[in-house]
Amino acid sequence: MADTLAMGDHGSAGHGPKDKSKRDFLVMLPVAGAVIGAGAIAWPLIDSMNPSGDVLALASTEVDLTPIAEGSGITVVWRGKPIFVRYRTPKEIKEAEDVKLSQLIEPQPDSARVKPGHAQWIVLIGICTHLGCIPLGNKPTDPRGEWGGWYCPCHGSQYDTSGRVRHGPAPLNLWIPPYQFLNNSRIKIG
Amino acid sequence: MRMRIIAALAFLMAPAGGAMAQDAAPLLHSHWSFDGIFGTYDDAAAQRGFQIYSQICSACHSMKYMAYRNLAGIGLSKAQIKAVAAAVTVPGGLDDQGKEIERPGRPSDQFKSPFPNDKAAEAAMGGALPPDQSLLVSARDGGPNYIYSLMQGYVTPPPGVKVPDGHYYNKYFPGHMIAMPPPLTANAVTYADGTKATLAQEAHDVATFLTYTSYPNLDEQHRLGVKVMLFLIFMTIVTYIAKRRIWADAH
Amino acid sequence: MAAGLFKSELKNPVLRWVDTRLPVITLMQKEYGTFPTPRNFNYFWNFGALATVTLLIMIATGVFLAMHYTPNSTMAFASVQHIMRDVNYGWLIRYVHMNGASMFFIVVYIHIYRGLYYGSYKFPRELLWMLGVVILLLMMATAFMGYVLPWGQMSFWGATVITNLFSAIPVVGTTIVQWLWGGFSVGNPTLNRFFSLHYLLPFVIVGVVFLHVVALHITGSNNPLGIDVKGPQDTLPFHPYYTVKDSVGLCVFLAIWAAFVFFMPNLLGDVINNIPANPLHTPADVVPEWYFLPFYAILRSVPNKFMGVMLMFASIGVLFVLPWLDTSPVRSCRFRPIYRILVPLLVVDVFVLGYVGAHHPQGFIILLGRVATAWYFLHFLVFTPLVGLFETPLPLPESIAAPVVRKSPSGGGPIPGGAVAKPMENA
Repeated sequence: MADTLAMGDHGSAGHGPKDKSKRDFLVMLPVAGAVIGAGAIAWPLIDSMNPSGDVLALASTEVDLTPIAEGSGITVVWRGKPIFVRYRTPKEIKEAEDVKLSQLIEPQPDSARVKPGHAQWIVLIGICTHLGCIPLGNKPTDPRGEWGGWYCPCHGSQYDTSGRVRHGPAPLNLWIPPYQFLNNSRIKIG
Repeated sequence: MRMRIIAALAFLMAPAGGAMAQDAAPLLHSHWSFDGIFGTYDDAAAQRGFQIYSQICSACHSMKYMAYRNLAGIGLSKAQIKAVAAAVTVPGGLDDQGKEIERPGRPSDQFKSPFPNDKAAEAAMGGALPPDQSLLVSARDGGPNYIYSLMQGYVTPPPGVKVPDGHYYNKYFPGHMIAMPPPLTANAVTYADGTKATLAQEAHDVATFLTYTSYPNLDEQHRLGVKVMLFLIFMTIVTYIAKRRIWADAH
Repeated sequence: MAAGLFKSELKNPVLRWVDTRLPVITLMQKEYGTFPTPRNFNYFWNFGALATVTLLIMIATGVFLAMHYTPNSTMAFASVQHIMRDVNYGWLIRYVHMNGASMFFIVVYIHIYRGLYYGSYKFPRELLWMLGVVILLLMMATAFMGYVLPWGQMSFWGATVITNLFSAIPVVGTTIVQWLWGGFSVGNPTLNRFFSLHYLLPFVIVGVVFLHVVALHITGSNNPLGIDVKGPQDTLPFHPYYTVKDSVGLCVFLAIWAAFVFFMPNLLGDVINNIPANPLHTPADVVPEWYFLPFYAILRSVPNKFMGVMLMFASIGVLFVLPWLDTSPVRSCRFRPIYRILVPLLVVDVFVLGYVGAHHPQGFIILLGRVATAWYFLHFLVFTPLVGLFETPLPLPESIAAPVVRKSPSGGGPIPGGAVAKPMENA
């Protein structure tokens, strides 16, 4: 269809220049329309590959916090990804808050990684920012690394109790999913 | 359906009465807001129909391809949908001990079926399986008019016709002997919006809702269709003008 | 320039570099740009292009449907509902694909009628025609298997009835049917292989369409007068004259298709297919889709199972030998006073067969079906050869550019040599 652009060149002998420009416009119009039409046909096909209605409907997960013991964490699934929910001890919170930002690979205060008034709860996407492995450290028996948070068995990245990376190769802190407290013992992720 | 195709081909009109007809009476016709190329669902009627479905039909009929979130399409708010879903309990997977648990429904859940499976439904219903209602309108000749008629078709059988036990006479049902007892009567429900619940009104409303469950995208389909048709008509005209121009020097 | 490289005349250096090594651009220009095309096409000549576009749209929508469909007998029906309800624009893609099958057959049937009326199957286009019949057969197989995929009642029972046709083959029939099914009835293995083949065959069709076009570009197109092109004054370059003329037809065609998709998407379907397949309950009316009805009527016109199946396959098979059944030296029905009545009558006959196929075979319908079946075969096997021998054709024009009829001294005067198809007896 694109080569229809050349149409104006054909057999225009005997017509004045004014006539030719009119012809060009009349030929360009359906060509432009066809381009728009092709785009309009392509969009539904492309959009059909986006998450469908039933997948989007499952895009939020509610988590009950009551069964989690202080000092331990659980893993829940949100959008097919592991989410770490950990109940931090006062000592762990203090460690996380007191660290100097200049010592961090990706500087971020602990207060920016928890919800105000709920500093004992840290909620993280449990995927190492290096190459996508799932770090250890939710169970008290797991290795938690030098900084008491999480330890990635794949390449040895270590995270602190705020989920911030303290030792490479991971370049970034563990991501925080969007979530909110429905009440003191229940959160909604997503 | 076949009849309509043949008619559409404008070809030999005699209806040769297939087995489908089975001397059922001609269907009653109601006015449907969703008919025609600009048609859209009447949300109020569909919501009243949903009320009938949840208070009456859902006692026996499943609707497994509908999810509670789909009720947004007939104008229910998020909070209303959440409340409707939370009123049922559904299987909630396994707990930490590996036992199956139940939890309140969520908007993402499919409509809860009244029976665990078809076999159980058949057994409870004396051998007659109540058909799933998510596609009922699209799976019957006559569509909404069939449902509308069937709801009002329970009449005294003509003299000499014997109705077997567990069956009822319905003049719109193919073969007339239907296992479903008359589901609707006047004032079978009290409408939340104060509409007078006559039998015809109830039949109309439930048929509207069931049409929605069969064709949940009908509104969008019509809206998009009008735009696409306008575009293609425009394209036909401009392409034809371009054709005339290009061919002008070939004649 | 190294030996073996193509001498491209393109100006753009990048395009010329490519074209020198792989002259696809020059090829496209030659075959679709400057390709000399008879100047007197009517709109019947749109339908080849329309069929090509339809094939491409069917493949595109089909590929995207396959991303969401599950070819498993316990999940297929629900996965189609998932497409209709949850997938973004899933309903649109499925409606386009579903109605596209009907649109494809409408276009191809008109394309075939064009060939029949204007004698496009005659010398030298026999092989072109036969490749077309192969495409028709592949389309039928593809459409049939596609119809099984939603796994509704009509899908299931259609599959059962059609696969059982092969049981009519003596001795090995049952073995063949079980091989087709992958079991002792239509079931999950059947569905799975039908999905695989339904995905494969359209690409085979693309291949045969390519050969169809190659053959067309060797012989050149036929035209409404049915006479040969004499020189450049009889032709126009394909582009822009026929690209734009095909585009006009395409716009009208897409508008009709869209009208079905948006405003009556289920008109050509069967309501029974919205009930999930139930292997223990046959619906009251097992009818194929409309495009198979004439063949279905031929199948049922004989009370003998084997003969019915044979006759049905023969109804397509006879098209393969049509170039040798037609004895007339003239291609176009415009100059054939008797055959120009018989060809439209064949269309009426096929419509009658379609009507018969849609109804229960009882009483008058049986008789009508037999008469129509007999007429179908008489048309090809008796009327076509005899009319060709005894009909007096009208005088043919000198050329396409100068459609002046030569005065013939006595009725069927001498016909200009190059302007007619050579009868096969003399070839």
